[in-house]
Amino acid sequence: MAKDGAGAGGAPRTSLLYDPAFRSIAFQIVLLVAVLFVGWYLFHNTTQNLASRNIASGFGFLGQPAGFDIIQTLVPYGQSATYGEAFVVALLNTMLISAIGIVLATIIGFIVGIARLSSNWIVARLATVYVETLRNIPLLLQIFFWYFAVLRALPGPKQSLSPFEGMYLNQRGLYMPVPVTEPGFWTIPVALLLGIVGAIAVSAWARKRLMATGKPFHSFWAGLGLIIGLPVLAALATGVPFTFEFPELKGFNFQGGVVLIPEFMAVLFALSLYTASFIAEVVRSGIMAVSKGQTEAAHALGLRQGLTLRLVVIPQALRVMIPPMTSQYLNLLKNSSLGAAVGYPELVAVVAGTVLNQTGQAIEVIALTMAVYLTFSLIISLFMNWYNARKALIER
Amino acid sequence: MTDQSQAHVFTPTPPQPPPANMVGVVGWLRANLFNGWFNSLLTVFSLYLLYLTLPPLVSWAFINATFSGTDRTMCEASPHGACWTFIKMRFNQILFGFYPEGEQWRPIVTFLIGLGGLIGTAFRFAGKRWLVLFMLTGFPIIAFFLLAGGYFGLTEVETAKWGGLTVTLVVSVTGIVASFPIGIMLALGRRSQMPIVRSACVVFIEVVRGVPLISVLFMASVMLPLFLPEGMTFNKLLRALVGVTLFTAAYMAEVVRGGLQAVPKGQYEGAAALGLGYWKMMILIILPQALKLVIPSIVNSFISLFKDTTLVYIVGLFDVLEIIRVSTKDANWIGFEKEGYVFAALMFWVFCFAMSRVSLRIEKRLDTSHRK
Repeated sequence: MAKDGAGAGGAPRTSLLYDPAFRSIAFQIVLLVAVLFVGWYLFHNTTQNLASRNIASGFGFLGQPAGFDIIQTLVPYGQSATYGEAFVVALLNTMLISAIGIVLATIIGFIVGIARLSSNWIVARLATVYVETLRNIPLLLQIFFWYFAVLRALPGPKQSLSPFEGMYLNQRGLYMPVPVTEPGFWTIPVALLLGIVGAIAVSAWARKRLMATGKPFHSFWAGLGLIIGLPVLAALATGVPFTFEFPELKGFNFQGGVVLIPEFMAVLFALSLYTASFIAEVVRSGIMAVSKGQTEAAHALGLRQGLTLRLVVIPQALRVMIPPMTSQYLNLLKNSSLGAAVGYPELVAVVAGTVLNQTGQAIEVIALTMAVYLTFSLIISLFMNWYNARKALIER
Repeated sequence: MTDQSQAHVFTPTPPQPPPANMVGVVGWLRANLFNGWFNSLLTVFSLYLLYLTLPPLVSWAFINATFSGTDRTMCEASPHGACWTFIKMRFNQILFGFYPEGEQWRPIVTFLIGLGGLIGTAFRFAGKRWLVLFMLTGFPIIAFFLLAGGYFGLTEVETAKWGGLTVTLVVSVTGIVASFPIGIMLALGRRSQMPIVRSACVVFIEVVRGVPLISVLFMASVMLPLFLPEGMTFNKLLRALVGVTLFTAAYMAEVVRGGLQAVPKGQYEGAAALGLGYWKMMILIILPQALKLVIPSIVNSFISLFKDTTLVYIVGLFDVLEIIRVSTKDANWIGFEKEGYVFAALMFWVFCFAMSRVSLRIEKRLDTSHRK
């Protein structure tokens, strides 16, 4: 130690070992070497294992014919479809169930969360029971319950339940009528689009007027009227250019109409009810985070309970709620992978299950699956961050 | 004198009793159930909902249910009630899986030691730190030798025979205990000044948090054999444990990071001013405060891990749920899915609800703020 210090001259120097900068660099180099070594070791083992098992590598398998069937497809998927197309079908199924799940879970979650804070004793109790029951039971168990104990236990096609005319519920799913388009149908989507644009314009105008003159306008009802009314008018004007195709019992099964398969319904129910219990807690804590003075001030101004909630409390609570809500949405997306357990053909079931079994290319398949979830996570967080930034700007 | 003073004493008239509809049962009902038409409507609707669901549920689960017998004949006699005989006959498997009958005292003793230790840590007494130390070091070793056997005259029970609640508890407790130190290291790494360390930790944490557990378990079951040198194999339980631990560690890291961020900067500076090095500063000053802050979040991670253990069926383990699912497929017991899943739900619910109450209690006890 002393020798080191003497050589440098000037201020006495301690050992290089005690120099923080040197230690930091040395430590990082050691870490990097260790990570690289472990990586090389795994890579080496893997290539040897793959060679000895005669498994090809690379993503070439995506172009090969898949040769298996998928029970729910949103895009055409035939006998000669490739693994790549199977991947796309699975991806769309994951997106479908996540999107519908997010919407349902948010609606139920908001209702339950607000109900938990209700002054009505019995409503608050019921909401508490809902939250405490559903969030303490594993999601997989709930999926199994809906699938095996409820939907699979329904009667067969011949004894179908029919809650409404033209709708049939049995072991094989929910059969519903589907509209079949006729010439001139294009007017309805166009009218719907116009209605949505009109509703947005009306609400913008109403807000402007409210800010300028203080006169409120029922933009919600006007918007709803536009969105529903315009397509109805268009349909009537063109002489109702569509008919309904009803499912009919032919032989042992229903033909025609559209069917929601039980796997889809089980996963959707479980996923949205389970996530709703968490969203309810997010909503409740968000509302409770708004100080009581805000509610009291709104009441003092003469706003009624509903208006207080809508105009004063929820806009402020929303800001607190956004980050935890984002993580709930991400959880829902990731949890949709549990559909694999009952055979809902989503990403994990199709790609990490069937495709992996058929090709044996574990690394590519798992990497592909994980990459998709990572991308989705990134997109949802980016979107929610943008929304958060927009909402946060309103603050003072 | 006395006359004069008495004349000036003010005697208020006694207050009138409140209106009959503001006190007692009627008042409570008015205040909580029927204040306004909307609330009254909600009350009526809720009562109707309860009327629709509760009586059939009670009659299914208790009144018409079958508890006796050893096979399905008794249950078929009362088709509108639950068949708890099914659960009764399978109860041993639900708790222990295929653990040999004669050795089942071993999981029970392990469970009791663990439970005793947990209850012990809830109280304050002089030697508590020794108990905590024992639970973190001695207990896992004892548990391993008790469960796996092969030494000290205990017959070996291979992990393939473990199942049911035993596996669920082993996976969740090992997962949380093993992920704790890894999570702390990752959290420290993420807050480190060293760019390579920091980015390595960030990448690990964010990648793991961005993918579902099911894909991590898939990876553990199909990719681990590829990564290892030929001939080296892992048993299924260990695969699940590796997957679950790494997954939980990433979440634990974020929990710990939250705690580290909540420790005021003065504490770091004070420790540095005392001349403490990085590790001494962390171990003696920062981590004790940070970890105390996040105990409720750690319990919450444990709850979600406990629920997530149901996914270990992916690697081929028989946890509570998988045992029940397999049992409902048994030809002798077809058609009793409802009973099976309701019972499983009840088991998980009891565990998770108890833990969430514990978490709330700890939160209240540790709360030193003065908020109302």
